[in-house]
Amino acid sequence: MAGADSDDSLYPIAVLIDELRNEDVQLRLNSIKKLSTIALALGVERTRTELLPFLTDTIYDEDEVLLALAEQLGNFTMLVGGPEYVHCLLPPLESLATVEETVVRDKAVESLRKISHEHSPVDLEVHFEPLVKRLASGDWFTSRTSACGLFSVCYPRVSSTVKAEIRQHFRTLCSDDTPMVRRAAASKLGEFAKVLELEYVKSDIISLFTALASDEQDSVRLLAVEAGVSIATLLPQEDLEALVMPTLRQAAEDKSWRVRYMVADKFSDLQKAVGPEITKNDLVPAFQNLLKDCEAEVRAAAANKVKEFCENLPEDSRETIIMTHILPCVKELVSDTNQHVKSALASVIMGLSTILGKDNTIEHLLPLFLAQLKDECPEVRLNIISNLDCVNEVIGIRQLSQSLLPAIVELAEDAKWRVRLAIIEYMPLLAGQLGVEFFDEKLNSLCMAWLVDHVYAIREAATCNLMKLVEKFGAEWAQNTIVPKVLGMANDPNYLHRMTTLFCINALSEVCGQEITTKHMLPVVLKMSNDQVANVRFNVAKSLQKIGPVLDSSCLQTEVKPVLEKLASDQDMDVKYFAQEAISGEFCNCCS
Amino acid sequence: MWSSCWTYSLNLSSVPGDGDSQSRWCLSQVKGAVDDDVAEADIISAVEFNHSGELLATGDRGGRIVIFQQEQESKNLPQCHAEYNVYSTFQSHEPEFDYLKSLEIEEKINKIRWLPQKNAAHFLLSTNDKTIKLWKISERDKRPEGYNLKEEDGRYRHPSSLTTLRVPVFQPMDLMVEASPRRVYANAHTYHINSISVNSDNETYLSADDLRINLWHLDFTDRSFNIVDIKPANMEELTEVITASEFHPLQCNTFVYGSSKGSVRLCDMRASALCDQHSKLFEEPEDPSTRSFFSEIISSISDVKFSHSGRYMMTRDYLTLKIWDLHMESRPVEIYQVHGYLRSKLCSLYENDCIFDKFECCWRGDDSEVMTGSYNNFFRMFDRDAQRDATLEATWENGSPGCPLKTWRVSAGSRRKRNEIGVDCLDFSRKILYTSWHPQDNIVALATVNNLYIFQEKLN
Repeated sequence: MAGADSDDSLYPIAVLIDELRNEDVQLRLNSIKKLSTIALALGVERTRTELLPFLTDTIYDEDEVLLALAEQLGNFTMLVGGPEYVHCLLPPLESLATVEETVVRDKAVESLRKISHEHSPVDLEVHFEPLVKRLASGDWFTSRTSACGLFSVCYPRVSSTVKAEIRQHFRTLCSDDTPMVRRAAASKLGEFAKVLELEYVKSDIISLFTALASDEQDSVRLLAVEAGVSIATLLPQEDLEALVMPTLRQAAEDKSWRVRYMVADKFSDLQKAVGPEITKNDLVPAFQNLLKDCEAEVRAAAANKVKEFCENLPEDSRETIIMTHILPCVKELVSDTNQHVKSALASVIMGLSTILGKDNTIEHLLPLFLAQLKDECPEVRLNIISNLDCVNEVIGIRQLSQSLLPAIVELAEDAKWRVRLAIIEYMPLLAGQLGVEFFDEKLNSLCMAWLVDHVYAIREAATCNLMKLVEKFGAEWAQNTIVPKVLGMANDPNYLHRMTTLFCINALSEVCGQEITTKHMLPVVLKMSNDQVANVRFNVAKSLQKIGPVLDSSCLQTEVKPVLEKLASDQDMDVKYFAQEAISGEFCNCCS
Repeated sequence: MWSSCWTYSLNLSSVPGDGDSQSRWCLSQVKGAVDDDVAEADIISAVEFNHSGELLATGDRGGRIVIFQQEQESKNLPQCHAEYNVYSTFQSHEPEFDYLKSLEIEEKINKIRWLPQKNAAHFLLSTNDKTIKLWKISERDKRPEGYNLKEEDGRYRHPSSLTTLRVPVFQPMDLMVEASPRRVYANAHTYHINSISVNSDNETYLSADDLRINLWHLDFTDRSFNIVDIKPANMEELTEVITASEFHPLQCNTFVYGSSKGSVRLCDMRASALCDQHSKLFEEPEDPSTRSFFSEIISSISDVKFSHSGRYMMTRDYLTLKIWDLHMESRPVEIYQVHGYLRSKLCSLYENDCIFDKFECCWRGDDSEVMTGSYNNFFRMFDRDAQRDATLEATWENGSPGCPLKTWRVSAGSRRKRNEIGVDCLDFSRKILYTSWHPQDNIVALATVNNLYIFQEKLN
């Protein structure tokens, strides 16, 4: 069919190229994702002279196409002829680095950073560094923000004159008119500091950091906090106090809660960066203040860090600091007015017991755990319950069980089904920690009650929960405690409950093993094939398929097959369908 | 009544040479159809210059946005600023139906706000009652050419003729302006959105409805933070609604909102995440002697605007324009009567619903003058330093472009002098609600029913 001089192998590539400008975004995206195939077919020469110029002008496209393009170009070095020609990729990436969409710009910068390593030192100065300068002095702030992310990759590899220029450009961007650019500079300050010589960190970076940390825009100041942490790791201990701490202290007391929030959020990193001495003298009071902050968001962020902060305190004074400085604040947070603060605390407070040891836990922490177990907000209680394992290791769970039980019961009966769902998910964990006796006595009835919950998601979770419990306590336990109750539901007047029996059997048959399944469960399932509700009948068919692998083949042939065949001639279409499915599934796989 | 007044005004305008009643403003352009039969959809509902003044956007009840661009150089009238011509027109909002609440959502554009320019394209936020959209307006002057498997006109080429691959090439084409929706910020407002305002940090903006103010990040459409909520637990206890809100032009953490009771609250977002506690309350004590049934209605704030310097704030209520110094909460530093003569007519204005009209106001670029609209296509200019004011009329019938506008006086009595009009002759169906002042030059744009008027100060 093809003409003598035409090449069949060109056709798929021709389609890909044409679809680069198809009206359908999905097709364009598809072509862009196969850009390497196109480039390979064109060869390095035509890729450089034709494809790249075309791509450079393609910045009108949809974001997702541009994003894919920006990503592709980061891996294009070999396709344009190797490191020698890698600079050809700069023009398209430069135009992508100026679009308004942040994700596209960020991806373009990421690719530029990637290919910067493939530039030879000469090319870096001849091609890459001028691009950075162009972006840095661009008219629009989109290009200037992109420039901020590129300084750190070229700085280590250029001559000292160019280094001086780069520092100057970075300085300029740190005091740019638009907050967008100052934010970009602030967020890259730490990274840039890492590649600078220590003398310039002290002379340049510190002053930029101080300026950004006192910027009029809250959004700039809060980014400077993170930079401060990075800078602190670079400086020798003796310089920290003079160069960084005044600014960080000021940030921890900033008028804007968003800045203080950032300090709280980064507190563990900060603690590691400044070392034990400053932690003791400065960070402990600062942390206390954050735990007592007037804004709930800040308190919640700080509460989240309580455990980590305590863990990282210097060992020699850890206990004293916690007992005298941190614990009083924590006590107050237990009865905070804001539920997010309380629940943030509840998610970490149990961790303190391993740090403080048995006696302190019983004396000081236990009352707090108990108070939180009785909290009005279900999330707080849930967070405590979900972290019981920490306490279990230190004091054993028995200490808590008196209060634990009412808390669990209350959550199990909460009006919000999502709360009930959450507590169900912790049941296997609790069962493991409380032991089988306690469980049988107190919790078993709850687990069974969930099986007849009026919300399907709860019934479903309850079945899954039973399976996990059997995995923990064994098949014998199952046979004695839960199987009779589950099977009893097969006679329930409510067809939904009868179906729950089937769902439970689906989940339990494998963990219970062949004997229990054949002896106890199968008869019930088979009997239910006569149910008057079609939904039950087709679920019987599904169940039979599901438990088939557990049964032996003679049982399948003599007991299961006749029932399925009967169901396959049921009046109801769905029942017929699922019965046939089961027959073909089971008897093709097992018996052939 | 309407027609007799109109004739009267025409007669007046034909009286030549009246130096005192001439203003320094002259008509520059009128946009929109001139016939009397106005379609509802064509009624303008928002007017806004961008930050350079190069573009001027209008929104209408039909959900459309029209953007005008100032021509680069004016050749014919050297003493005038360049004209504005249509740059782009697009449908911003469509009518919708909320099936959950059985509510129709009108497509009417309530507010337009431009974003500071970030690259060659321009961006604006537009909102109707419920949904805010971010639009990108960009130019394209190149298009790709060359296919492998078809001709440029779409005819297919047989694959067998394929001997070499062809990469498309961009070729110049006629300039095309495209408007594309970039973000849709929906489902965050239970009540009608009355204001949107972009923060000076260039990454967040607020949107206010009757009872709540939300804070958005421009990049995220799936979440916003509620920063003010005045909804009482029991709606029967509701006594006050939010009518307007704006961010401070320089301080990223400060915003104000005005209420239906005539007070303005200034909030500091640094203090806490939820700004239910205001840090300043600007309110004038009520004068018991003038108290009436209408007191509360006419004190409702219809617009609040910070001065460009950020030092002052202007509020518009039904009858007055007040300027507040942000450092003084107890009373305004300046009060301007917009149309005090209507005080005697509040009863009939209540009956025809005019009393609920929401007039906007705006500052001159250097904050030395302010402007707001009135009825009968009149608008008012107040010179703050000279304490001078003028009533001007938006009309094309008695003057050609470039000809100075005359100033009007509204009199309560029956005897009239030249350039006077009686209160009873005012046409309340013709009102100027939406106004915008060029950020640098002395050009103002305002909307009468379906016409956009652009006036400019005479250049010497």
